[in-house]
Amino acid sequence: MLLQQFVNGLTLGAVYTLIALSFALVMGILGVLNLAIAELFMIGGYLGFSVITLNLPLPLAIVAGMAGAALIAAVIEKIGYQPLRDTPVVTPMLSTLGFSIILQNVATNIWGSDPLQLPDEFLGTRYVIGPISISSMQLIVLGATAVLVAALAYVVQRTSIGRALRAVAENRDVARLLGVSASRLTLLAFVLSGALAGAAGVLIGLHYAAITPYIGVEIGLKAIAVMVIGGTTRIWGALVAGPLIGIIEVMTVAYGGSQVRDFVVYGFMIAILLLRPQGILGGTQGGQGQRV
Amino acid sequence: MSPADQTSLLNLNAVTKTFGGIHALSDVSCDVAQGQIVGFIGPNGAGKATMFNVITGAYRADRGTISLAGTMITAQPPYRIARSGISRTFQNIRLFGDMTVWEHLIVAQPHGESLLRRLLPIGWASPGVLHRAQEVLEFFGLEAVRNRVARSLPYGIQRKVEMARAVTARPKLLLLDEPVAGMNHDEAEDIRKLMLQLRDAGLSILLIEHDMAFVMNLCDYLYVLDFGVVIAQGRPHEVRANPLVLDAYLGRAS
Amino acid sequence: MSTYYAGLFADAGILLLGALSVYIILATGQLSLGNAGLMGIGAYVTSYLTVNVGVPITAALTIAGIACGAIGVVVGFPALHLKGIYLAMATLGFGEMVRSFFLNFSPMGGAGGFHGMKHISVGYIWAWAGGLLIVVMLLERSRVWLEMQAVRDDETAAGLVGLKTTTTKVAAFGAGAAIAAISGGLFAHQFVYIEPGNFGFERSIDFVLAVILGGSTVAPGALAGAMLLVLLPEMLRFLADWRLAAFGGLLIVVLLVRRQGILDRSLFRLVTFRSSPT
Repeated sequence: MLLQQFVNGLTLGAVYTLIALSFALVMGILGVLNLAIAELFMIGGYLGFSVITLNLPLPLAIVAGMAGAALIAAVIEKIGYQPLRDTPVVTPMLSTLGFSIILQNVATNIWGSDPLQLPDEFLGTRYVIGPISISSMQLIVLGATAVLVAALAYVVQRTSIGRALRAVAENRDVARLLGVSASRLTLLAFVLSGALAGAAGVLIGLHYAAITPYIGVEIGLKAIAVMVIGGTTRIWGALVAGPLIGIIEVMTVAYGGSQVRDFVVYGFMIAILLLRPQGILGGTQGGQGQRV
Repeated sequence: MSPADQTSLLNLNAVTKTFGGIHALSDVSCDVAQGQIVGFIGPNGAGKATMFNVITGAYRADRGTISLAGTMITAQPPYRIARSGISRTFQNIRLFGDMTVWEHLIVAQPHGESLLRRLLPIGWASPGVLHRAQEVLEFFGLEAVRNRVARSLPYGIQRKVEMARAVTARPKLLLLDEPVAGMNHDEAEDIRKLMLQLRDAGLSILLIEHDMAFVMNLCDYLYVLDFGVVIAQGRPHEVRANPLVLDAYLGRAS
Repeated sequence: MSTYYAGLFADAGILLLGALSVYIILATGQLSLGNAGLMGIGAYVTSYLTVNVGVPITAALTIAGIACGAIGVVVGFPALHLKGIYLAMATLGFGEMVRSFFLNFSPMGGAGGFHGMKHISVGYIWAWAGGLLIVVMLLERSRVWLEMQAVRDDETAAGLVGLKTTTTKVAAFGAGAAIAAISGGLFAHQFVYIEPGNFGFERSIDFVLAVILGGSTVAPGALAGAMLLVLLPEMLRFLADWRLAAFGGLLIVVLLVRRQGILDRSLFRLVTFRSSPT
């Protein structure tokens, strides 16, 4: 039973990791909390759903979710971030909030506020391995996450663009002196984070076999906690924090009741903010943000 | 007045401050007597700004003591030190952007007034507060910009407003961080005259400045810092002739 | 006034108080995204007092306000360690924790909600809303407000001028919490049924929206924002399904074009025919 919860938690954690990485990309490089990511996550899920219900293959659904979310993220970067990039970081954050409000309204109007269920054939087969059973959907979630994280790692650590991203994260002014075009890179950061969030949306839809317009607020916001716990200045902290929080959450629901889970997760986040702002993986001092 | 007659107002004794591995201040000792204008000079990065921050409580000294008129202020929080009578200005002018000049002078006088009084409209502040603000306004010649928002003022006027704000609460010691940076000769002269007037009115001044001519003309005593260490001190003409000082400046420039 | 419009104005009054709670904390440079949580605490405390203990509504609101003010002060202390976005995230988390707490708190109904409150009139709501608005407007003309502004504009310089920045920031949280609590208590007695879902992130965002849109530098801005958020959807009926998107878009436009919001000091003076200060 415990092991089963572990597996379930891992699956949820994988989705958290993706969304947290999405938040951390923009936060780490620009210092901005892009609140629209929660809704890009949701929209990605709906786009993926639409593709699935058209009987198109699953990989296409994931790509559709990623592409759609990435496109919207680019729009947000151009309208909501670029003009405000020299203002205190809370201002662009509020701008992304505006976008998230718009996105949720759009989703509710297009797809309705009731949950959309996946067609039955997508519940997938369950495989039994010893004491645990895992569904093919869960395997897809875990597999896709691994692929996406590996791809992101490759881009960030191995490519020159990734190096440039990291340079900008360290110091915008120095990066500019080195000839790095900051505005192209911020666009890239937004697009990458949108793509990750969109993928996560499709995956969570597969995991729960359903999607609602409120999934952004329910799950997406908690990914902020995951990012903080993993360490806002260390994006790879999300790899550890994601599964950790996913498992904690699933355990809490199993043994404490579903109502306490938010309390526990956000409580953990606040504790980290106050006691260990650099996150569980350590690193440079976080928690010193800009004034409003 | 000879040094022996003067009572010590500010005393730093073997103050040390390190950041990571960097010794911003090493064993710095100095003395500012009442009614003196003392200058701190030295190349960039010598530790002058750190010293101001340590005196005002923004940083805590790792070793050594700081005392004001005999009272230890080494570990006190900034607002306590400010209320004990130390004020400062900043090299890059830190005013309250959206407030008017008048409001700056009012808000700089929170001491000794009860909460109830401070909850009343500004115009109902005690006559003492209003009178003091008016006094300072006139002293610095800022009547014309009384109701102008700080952000909208020209640079030279902003510097004056910052000094005015620092002086309003009747401090014993005023720390000025490069008060004439970026000013032309006339503006600097203006500031110099104001500083002398303040000194004559009983205020002691500690000054960081790069403009050597300005410093020579004004200070009673100088300390020279380099790499966090006091390498020379004395009357201005003594210090100017000191080969160590020339070395420090020229060495940095090359 | 028809019950429909009475309901709208009641909503506006409640939202005004919520917006004021964000405004007063924002005046010290702290953005709080969790005031709905404080509103929720106020709602539940007030309801408990009137329904289970039989305290009259005005006394109950006062007690809830003071209690929540104390909670706000307690929250304000750890908040001192956080700035900007980190503070925003922490307050967001706090709001969610409060909502989650009430989901589990069966003595007050848990997820099933709480009811039994007696309905109050629009006039009563606006007695509180209008009264507190006037109090804040009076506060804005005081030296304490200058101190808050100083802390917001440059906390370090404020400390060096002798201001107790800690006291100012924590007190602002306390005051904001008290006002949010009253908003909650009034909400509870307007809708005579409350559940934890009423006090989630979306509600906190409504408060912030009202302040940012209506005017984040003057207290009447909260009033403008509250009226805007409640009345605009009525005036633009065709917008009905898209009103949230419209507000989201308005938020973006305001941040791009007029960051201080609709009302600011000079416009307010113009609108109230007052001349500039001499």
